[in-house]
Amino acid sequence: MAVLDIISSILLLLGVFFGISGAMGLFRFPDFFTRVHASSVTDTLAAMLIIGGLLLQTSFDLNTAKLLFILLFLMVTSPTASHALAKSARHGGLLTLPESRSDQKES
Amino acid sequence: MNHVLDYYNYWIVVFLMMSGFYIVISANNLVKKIVGLNIFQTSVFMLYISMGKVSGGTAPIVVEGVTQYSNPLPHVLILTAIVVGVATTAVGLSLIVRIKRAYGTVEENEFENKDDAI
Amino acid sequence: MAEFIDLVLLAMLAITALRIIFLKDLFAVVMLFGIYSFLSALIFVSLDAVDVAFTEASVGAGISTVLMLGTLALTGRTEKENQHSSLLPLVVVVVTGAALIYGTLDMPPFGAADNPIHEHVAPRYIEESPKEVGLPNMVTSVLASYRGFDTMGETVVVFSAAIGVLSLLGVRRRKENESAESGLMEHRVLHVIAKLVIPMIILFALYVQFHGDFGPGGGFQAGVIAAAAFILYSLVFGLPRAFAVVSPTVLRYLAAFGVLLYAGVGVVSMLKGGHFLDYNVLAANPISGQHYGIIIIELGVGITVFAVMLSIFYAFGSQAERSDIK
Repeated sequence: MAVLDIISSILLLLGVFFGISGAMGLFRFPDFFTRVHASSVTDTLAAMLIIGGLLLQTSFDLNTAKLLFILLFLMVTSPTASHALAKSARHGGLLTLPESRSDQKES
Repeated sequence: MNHVLDYYNYWIVVFLMMSGFYIVISANNLVKKIVGLNIFQTSVFMLYISMGKVSGGTAPIVVEGVTQYSNPLPHVLILTAIVVGVATTAVGLSLIVRIKRAYGTVEENEFENKDDAI
Repeated sequence: MAEFIDLVLLAMLAITALRIIFLKDLFAVVMLFGIYSFLSALIFVSLDAVDVAFTEASVGAGISTVLMLGTLALTGRTEKENQHSSLLPLVVVVVTGAALIYGTLDMPPFGAADNPIHEHVAPRYIEESPKEVGLPNMVTSVLASYRGFDTMGETVVVFSAAIGVLSLLGVRRRKENESAESGLMEHRVLHVIAKLVIPMIILFALYVQFHGDFGPGGGFQAGVIAAAAFILYSLVFGLPRAFAVVSPTVLRYLAAFGVLLYAGVGVVSMLKGGHFLDYNVLAANPISGQHYGIIIIELGVGITVFAVMLSIFYAFGSQAERSDIK
């Protein structure tokens, strides 16, 4: 069906856009925590959009079920990975950019 | 252009092999040498799998309607090779831990001549 | 179009390898090596080697990276400056590379269907294996049935790697009066997610184990994935609790049991009148005999690989608590 094809191409293109913007953010953002946010956008949103686009391409059989399981697994684990990164950095004492600037002003 | 496409896979494999080889012979740190060895191993796997690929073929799993399959024999060989590779990497890394415990360092130039002292 | 994906992926691989040469921070080197493994798994998929891609992704990018990070935690994160000049290694590498490229010009072109590698043995296996073994996955039928001796040797190699690592490092059980400061106790989110995800990983490992006859999969991948589930448990909840769940003694017996299961199938075939590892005599129908034999030996391989990978991780993990490594 042409409508399904159009929707799946839109989803795939959106996923590619979020992937590229996440990669650009990884280079351009000034601080570690903002960079983690950029990469988590790629990890979670882009992956989900691309898998959603692929789901509409297959006919309704075993492949659809496998893709759904992968989607569920990614929805659970990708945000956890970004959270673990940010929390370990915080636990290790890393300061955000405004905090380190105010630290420098005081000292 | 066709000539380049025929051999592009093999030339990249040779480049990867040589970069892994360079890391092994010139790195000072032992862990980096093991990483270089793994890079070398993976490039050799790619050589074998590239040799087994048939253009227009598909994965060697029997499906209806497919007549042309890629060669399954290099796949079997490389499966074994990958597992043996990780086994040797594990033993190599545990040797590095013991070296650190015995000499206090894993930089090659610092413990090269220390064997007589132990 | 498929060749274009191949070209781009191989170029990315070359850039990654080039970057690894010049980095001094070993943590970044190990992470780049994980990326290198994943990229080569992608290239294997585009070259139609799906079983190999599965194994490379789980073993190379999973277990190898974890073990290297475990070693880095013990030996230090930065590489010191190189003392001797790197001119001689560069010359050696360039000369060897030029000789190898001159050698590759003699090879048959990539992908042609009439290459010498595709004659004699491979068509025989492709034609006959659906009739003689009856499994859709030809790689499993060659690995487990036609070349079963090699796979037994490989299982024994994995087992001897466990022997090597355990005799070099050993698993040190914590005594009762030492303080328990292991695991990630203040990460509540990780606790919940790990409890949710670990059963799914074990279920997936069982699926891969028994589905290896019909699709990509088999004993090695399944063993590694199951070991990864328990490694996640010991990372989040601490090594002492992981020792309580799966103790190192049980793992030693499991590793030996897997190898014995494999060799036992061979001995049973001999007792039934066939040769060693001849599955045709295991049941009344030769095809059913092949199926029984392949399932049992894949189970043996999976059990051994799981026990060995987890033992090696326990050995590396318990080293961090020794006091004589700074």
